[in-house]
Amino acid sequence: MHPFRKSQDFGRPMSAETLGDPLFQWFSTVVAFGVIGLLILITVILSLAAQESIRTFGLGFLSGNVWNPVPPLVFGSVPFVYGTLVTSALALLFGVPISLGIAIFLSELSPPWLRIPLTYIVELLAAVPSVVYGLWGIFVLGPVMRVSVEPVVQDIFGFLPIFQGNAIGTDKFTAGVILAIMIIPTISAVSREALLAVPDNQREAALSLGATRWETTRVAVLRYARAGIFGAVILGLGRAVGETMAVTMTIGNRNAISISLFDQGQTIASWIANNFLNATDPLELSALIELGLVLMLMSLLINIFARLMIGRVLRRGEGAA
Amino acid sequence: MAATPEDKERLRRGSRRHVGIVVAVIVIALVLVAVAVLAGLLNPAPAQRVTLLGSGATFPYPLITKWSSVYGNETGGRVQVNYQGGGSGAGIQAITAKTVDFAGSDAPLKPSERAAAPGLLHIPETIGAVTAAYNVAGLSSGLNLTGHVLGEIFLGKITTWDHVNISALNPGLVLPSSTITVVHRSDSSGTTFVWTSYLHLENPGWNSTLVGKAINWPVGIGASGNAGVAGKIQTIPDSIGYVELAYTVQSSMKVGKIRNPAGNFVLPSLASTAAAAASVPTFPTPSGDWNNVSILDAAGANSYPIASFTYLLVYQELNTIGTSMTQAKAQALVDFLWWCVHDSGGQQYAASLVYPPLPPTVVTLDEQAIRSITFNGQTLHS
Repeated sequence: MHPFRKSQDFGRPMSAETLGDPLFQWFSTVVAFGVIGLLILITVILSLAAQESIRTFGLGFLSGNVWNPVPPLVFGSVPFVYGTLVTSALALLFGVPISLGIAIFLSELSPPWLRIPLTYIVELLAAVPSVVYGLWGIFVLGPVMRVSVEPVVQDIFGFLPIFQGNAIGTDKFTAGVILAIMIIPTISAVSREALLAVPDNQREAALSLGATRWETTRVAVLRYARAGIFGAVILGLGRAVGETMAVTMTIGNRNAISISLFDQGQTIASWIANNFLNATDPLELSALIELGLVLMLMSLLINIFARLMIGRVLRRGEGAA
Repeated sequence: MAATPEDKERLRRGSRRHVGIVVAVIVIALVLVAVAVLAGLLNPAPAQRVTLLGSGATFPYPLITKWSSVYGNETGGRVQVNYQGGGSGAGIQAITAKTVDFAGSDAPLKPSERAAAPGLLHIPETIGAVTAAYNVAGLSSGLNLTGHVLGEIFLGKITTWDHVNISALNPGLVLPSSTITVVHRSDSSGTTFVWTSYLHLENPGWNSTLVGKAINWPVGIGASGNAGVAGKIQTIPDSIGYVELAYTVQSSMKVGKIRNPAGNFVLPSLASTAAAAASVPTFPTPSGDWNNVSILDAAGANSYPIASFTYLLVYQELNTIGTSMTQAKAQALVDFLWWCVHDSGGQQYAASLVYPPLPPTVVTLDEQAIRSITFNGQTLHS
């Protein structure tokens, strides 16, 4: 028996319980609207604090590629937006297949005794603080990338412009790999839930038609769960876009736009973290805040885009079925 | 899916375990609160406890934290010094806004900053040296370098270690032909200010728009903090960067000898940095304009050329701070400052933390500054 439930009390009005419903309703409503209010408040405050920079640079802030904190002050956001997009895309490129592999193994293939420990271990990755990932990136991953990974990639694909230059293991490529590792727990955990939610009769139906295990997973399970998996990917992308410490410790912090992944770069979040504490000039402070606003708008656009994509994917699924 | 009896059993066991966890957490919380309350009862606050609040430069942070703990013990816990690093800029902002009792800054106040906070005294409390640290296979400490060559490297004009300008300074040394990776600070920092000021002084191509706590770097990769730059240099072969002396000593990094105005190549050390500080012939008054005080390229055969003072900023008339300043606090602040700048007090802890002790001329200057501090017009140190 549940220790808190009195089974004989059903139907008998109790003061605490009659008060409970409206209280609960009010509490939930206030909390829900509070979140909306908070978002509006953040946007308003950021916009106000960014006024000076918006007035000074106008749209030039969004197209400028120089950030010069020494007079004459010039602030532009392009290198940071570019770096954020490139590293996040890399993170998805490396992270999504691995995460899906983990999720499929855990929900479809793993023997039951392995499932729980493996789940715990994957989720533990999410509990590692990002500064620890950063230190690991500096002292372990960076050297490994420089010595073993990047020269090999350069030997094979060196003719591509994205793999040229002096590869030193502190670059957009390494930052993308770190980010991939950091978003794996998020994507794999949420995808696993989506896969577990697929009804067994889907699998049984596919198997009864003679599908192999891979075909069953692909046709019956992944297709059924694709909206949930897409949501998981977007959650991971959200983390990658906003990640600060681990990126700033591995990306090389150079405000440059270069096509090669082996060149250094800079992301919005890492640049704000690097400079906010010591920015004393009001215009620089204002420009940093506007950068924060840009990051927020970017996240918003990514989310809206994702919603649209999910909607389209689902509709197409219905049409096919 | 229909719930089987096993499912229900598992659910029930799960919820029972949850209750157990909740009870355990509550018990632990209660025990902690009880311990905290008991500790408070058994160890009442000493009479007239005073907390001095400071913030600013991170460079002297380890030293000031050491002072804070030693001084707290010496006064039997009566005076607590709470210094928060956060950068010189943050410190100057805080003392200008009068939200702290003193600030730390690696750079002297600019005229505009002085105008915003009139009556601030500069009290040099220790000296910093910035080293050129590198990681080149086969090279040990003591590569000969000049400010001009360093400027060319950080401008991206010299890109390989065997460049003729470097080998000319190091006859007989075999230099590798590998590409130089430049490492600089990505955060805003007083260390960057000292380093870029020195390059501006020595290299005509390093113009004044490249001098500051944070600049638009022509080349190189950025890392946050001295520890970050040191980490990058140690893990990237053929790299060079600038790091505070304390960090290079503590992590045994290889550092260059820099040519000083006397023409000697000098290794950075406590002694060569102190020599630079001792070479200054005259100082402004403590309340005067320190903007032009520099011990870059100091005179003296053994002076290390890339050094700078770091300052404590204190109001000469402490009632400027406002109602949060009391007679007891003002007295405690002046006593603490006096203790900090003397060998019998704070300076004896400097060397072990790799900060050069203040030379006697500077101590005398600091004494003069501290004696001039007043509270409501009354002097606090005779």
